[in-house]
Amino acid sequence: MQVPAPFEYERATSVDHAIALMERLGDEARVVAGGHSLIPMMKLRLAMPEYLIDINDLVDELQYIRFTDTEVRIGALTRHQQLLESDELAAVFPIFRDAEKVIADPVVRNRGTLGGSLCQADPSEDLSAVCDALEASCVIRNTSGERVVEMHDFHRGPYETAVADGEMLTEVRIPIKPNSSSAYHKVERRAGDWAVASAGAAVTMDGDVIADGRVGLCAVGPNLTNVQPISDALRGQAPSEELYARVGEIAAANASPQTDTRGTAAYKTHLAKELAVRSLRVAVARATGQA
Amino acid sequence: MEISMNLNGEDITAEAEPRTLLVHFLRDNLGLTGTHWGCDTSNCGTCVVWVDEEPVKSCTHLAAMASGHRVKTVEGLETAEGLDPVQEGFIQCHGLQCGYCTPGMMMTARALLDKNPDPSEEVIREAISGQICRCTGYSTIIRSIQWAASKERETAVTLEGSPA
Ligand SMILES: Cc1cc2nc3c(=O)[nH]c(=O)nc-3n(C[C@H](O)[C@H](O)[C@H](O)COP(=O)(O)OP(=O)(O)OC[C@H]3O[C@@H](n4cnc5c(N)ncnc54)[C@H](O)[C@@H]3O)c2cc1C
Ligand code: FES
Ligand code: FES
Repeated sequence: MQVPAPFEYERATSVDHAIALMERLGDEARVVAGGHSLIPMMKLRLAMPEYLIDINDLVDELQYIRFTDTEVRIGALTRHQQLLESDELAAVFPIFRDAEKVIADPVVRNRGTLGGSLCQADPSEDLSAVCDALEASCVIRNTSGERVVEMHDFHRGPYETAVADGEMLTEVRIPIKPNSSSAYHKVERRAGDWAVASAGAAVTMDGDVIADGRVGLCAVGPNLTNVQPISDALRGQAPSEELYARVGEIAAANASPQTDTRGTAAYKTHLAKELAVRSLRVAVARATGQA
Repeated sequence: MEISMNLNGEDITAEAEPRTLLVHFLRDNLGLTGTHWGCDTSNCGTCVVWVDEEPVKSCTHLAAMASGHRVKTVEGLETAEGLDPVQEGFIQCHGLQCGYCTPGMMMTARALLDKNPDPSEEVIREAISGQICRCTGYSTIIRSIQWAASKERETAVTLEGSPA
């Protein structure tokens, strides 16, 4: 029987309350959102916080999907299921629904949150690739105020983020760009499993050429949530199968997967290439009204 | 710590350590062994219960986090009128063999039908995709859920059509 090590449990009544508790308790304290990464780690004693601060009551402050003319703001406690079901979100960023359909299973999606996914910073976490492809930024709050960190500065390495002790991620902001679209493709061994490999793409068109394109890879090595050489290769180019193939090669060259029970390194590298091509192809088709 | 919840319609309070998982709280502290405990890794779904009408895996949910909420387990499906149509469906269509996965399957099925009274086979398969059955091959589980859905739709039609 796997049971977490003992800890003290406290329920936050506001974001300020949670932050004050964390500041006082330092690195002995962890917040729990959906708990679907943290509780398994605590059961395996890979995490042994002395204090657990439950933020699930902070629905009013942290659970929302809001639209302005220029950006979408999503509260950190927004659950996978809500991201999946939002038609408004799917209309602007179809990559979210593509990804959420294949993140975990419906029961897990009832609990897991956007904030928890990004803060867990597991290289197999699908939403990190999604948010990076979309050039999202993260709002981090501490007792002295808020700061906004670009997605590519947010992840510092596997399981490491820009969120310091005494701080919380409160919101993710995603810019809405005209003539843009996005897509996500994942290969999993069975329903509800983590990715063998996956790729997400977002493009902005300028007439017949790709003004800006980003592809993120997931589960094929650390820090691949945005592959810069791919963006360089796409800029100013007209979409074509040859271009996609070149992007696939770059994806494969940048992947550094490890052989494990989900597949061999060679297979995952092949997937990185193929899924980068597929997600890009669909993103362009959507952005140009062909899908 | 003291944990209070509305469990299957009744307010209860019990003592448990903060680290107690909801599945053990229900089974060991309260003796409600209808909820099963299997993989312990959030993969098999036999431990599914509702927290505020939403199916969750109770092996990955602290009892403390459920305090102050409504929790429903398989023991809460039956009402004064008898078995829930989902339970009846599992009997009618052989929705179980060993019965290990059954409580979780039935809780997810009930939640699905509450949201969607006429789900397609594809929708049912997706809803139970986070739950594992090693006996039935799933086909009879799907038929059981469809049986419950059509029984409930029939009842709804009869009620609508009955004279005031
Ligand atoms: C069976 C199973 C399958 C899964 N499959 C997938 C999959 O295919 N793809 C995928 O991407 N994920 C998958 N997941 C992970 C799932 O998406 C988790 O829900 C998610 O990783 C974490 O979200 P959470 O809200 O549960 O976070 P928690 O477990 O509550 O927290 C995770 C970490 O983030 C910290 N944290 C949480 N919220 C905040 C905040 N607002 N500010 C600062 N720190 C915070 C916590 O302290 C903790 O360190 C799976 C999980 C399970 C159990
Ligand atoms: S025991 Fe909870 S999912 Fe298997
Ligand atoms: S009936 Fe045996 S596991 Fe489903």
